[in-house]
Amino acid sequence: MPFVPHTKKDVADMLATIGAGNIQDLFKEIPADLQKVNLNGIPPQLNEAELSRLMRKRAHQDNNLQCFIGAGAYEHHIPAAVWEVTSRGEFLTAYTPYQAEASQGTLQLLYEYQTMMASLMALDVSNASLYDGGSALAEAVLMALRCSRKNNPTQRILLPRTIHPHYRQVVKTIVGQHGVELIEIDFCQKTGRTLIETLEKVSGDNLTALVIPQPNFFGVLEDADALTDWIHAKGGLAIGLVNPLSMALLKPPGQWGEQGADIACGEGQPLGVPLASGGPYYGILCCKKEFVRQLPGRIVGRTVDAEGKQGFVLTLQAREQHIRRAKATSNICTNQGLLVTASTIYMSLLGPEGLRKVAIASHQNASLLREKLSAITGIEIVFAGPMFHEFVIRLQKPADKILQKLAKSKIQGGFSLKKVYPELGECLLICVTETKTVEDIQEFSEKLAETINHYADSKAIGEKNVTTHL
Amino acid sequence: MNNVPKKLFYSRTHEWIRKDQKDQEEIITVGITDHAQCMLGDLVYIELPEIDSSFEDGQECAVVESVKAAADIYCPIPGEIIEINEELLENPQLINQDPYGKGWLFRVRPFDKNFTKLLTADQYSKQVASEAH
Repeated sequence: MPFVPHTKKDVADMLATIGAGNIQDLFKEIPADLQKVNLNGIPPQLNEAELSRLMRKRAHQDNNLQCFIGAGAYEHHIPAAVWEVTSRGEFLTAYTPYQAEASQGTLQLLYEYQTMMASLMALDVSNASLYDGGSALAEAVLMALRCSRKNNPTQRILLPRTIHPHYRQVVKTIVGQHGVELIEIDFCQKTGRTLIETLEKVSGDNLTALVIPQPNFFGVLEDADALTDWIHAKGGLAIGLVNPLSMALLKPPGQWGEQGADIACGEGQPLGVPLASGGPYYGILCCKKEFVRQLPGRIVGRTVDAEGKQGFVLTLQAREQHIRRAKATSNICTNQGLLVTASTIYMSLLGPEGLRKVAIASHQNASLLREKLSAITGIEIVFAGPMFHEFVIRLQKPADKILQKLAKSKIQGGFSLKKVYPELGECLLICVTETKTVEDIQEFSEKLAETINHYADSKAIGEKNVTTHL
Repeated sequence: MNNVPKKLFYSRTHEWIRKDQKDQEEIITVGITDHAQCMLGDLVYIELPEIDSSFEDGQECAVVESVKAAADIYCPIPGEIIEINEELLENPQLINQDPYGKGWLFRVRPFDKNFTKLLTADQYSKQVASEAH
């Protein structure tokens, strides 16, 4: 008998029972403009063999492409041991270890993760991870709202436009329903930074928090010290949004300005998690000790048992959803136990010095490419200041078309900023990590120059869409 | 049976209310009952309202957190917070040790002197008894 869950008669009977005319009627409550009717490039139905064949073919498109795209997801070398150890049966279960007596290994690993993350951020406490970077930022903002006084009639959060555009969307979706004013702060077109003078234009003192991205979406380093001191002087909290790998080189949020940032969050993917069509990744959330009761999610603590022996347990759980239901600090504090396991093993294998070397190599490679590209006619370096491992270039040719051409030369040449920052014109955000060699960088710069030069000649040739990872 | 002093008023949500005098003004002092602290277990953290903030009756104004639960405290009488028990921030277990004395939570200048919605000691004892089954 074939595997057919419902016959046509079953379906008709069920529809008749609930009074629906056809299957499409079930989706009527979804507004028409939100329904995705035709997914581009996905055939309506295939059998297993056809599907495998198609997937192999598509997977092959990605093979051997040199990736220079960052924009929130970064390619790094992951030692084979990381996932070999992570995939062991003892670690592979992702279930939250509520039952401490049966989960000491998992709990200790999460405790080690928290210790590593808190020291990387120079803050007192870390939770055991959240869903991803965007939701971690939304949780950081919600935390700031809870930490500032409840009786404050209008709470205002400052979101610089140098924050990842997707993260800003996530914050709007999650926090937008809380009667909070989210104020976007424009950046300096010359430096790509958030300026104090722009912040000063926000009227009133009633500010809950400022988010400080470091490095920011353009790869540019913000003046985190000055921004932290500015928001503290206004009586608000400073939220650092950081790339954890860059923390091996840059000043961590806990040390920004006079008092340090109050909360730090970020995307954990750069630490041992492979690029995989956008996820699964994991979110980082750390804070000063005084705010620990507003820190959502699982937190593992170290204690002693009745015989005085060391043990690990979930702690500060009285405000979490399995106890407090709707009144929990968060109801979407999904954690990513498996990815955190990989990250913890990655950090253990590399150690502080190894992390630093990865960060330095990425920075040096990006600097080298930026220098090479700056010498090419038709390429302008948009923001010249200090950066981590990403930078923006402006072309005199259509950026999207250039990317498509580069892909034919097996190069993913960057992330086009045209949709998310139309005011910047034909710009590409380019990332270089430690995975690239001097030869790779040379090749990219030559191919890009060539593509730009030949663009006008080949414009008439039909273009085929090429899938990139963002 | 837990201690339910006769001279106090009570709310259905397990706060006790005492009429006090401060600078010739009638104010009220609020805490949680012996029964409530007993149900919560060892208290580990207290979040108190801001002085000068105002609350409606039944509005959440504080949180008490024990090793096993976190519970909201509701303002039993509409009014303005004039004093909070700051000793609790350092030593929340005062509530377990002395719920009607050193474990008081906050003092309110009531907007309304109508206490008829509150329960007497007998009514509260009956409510507690009816909840225990």
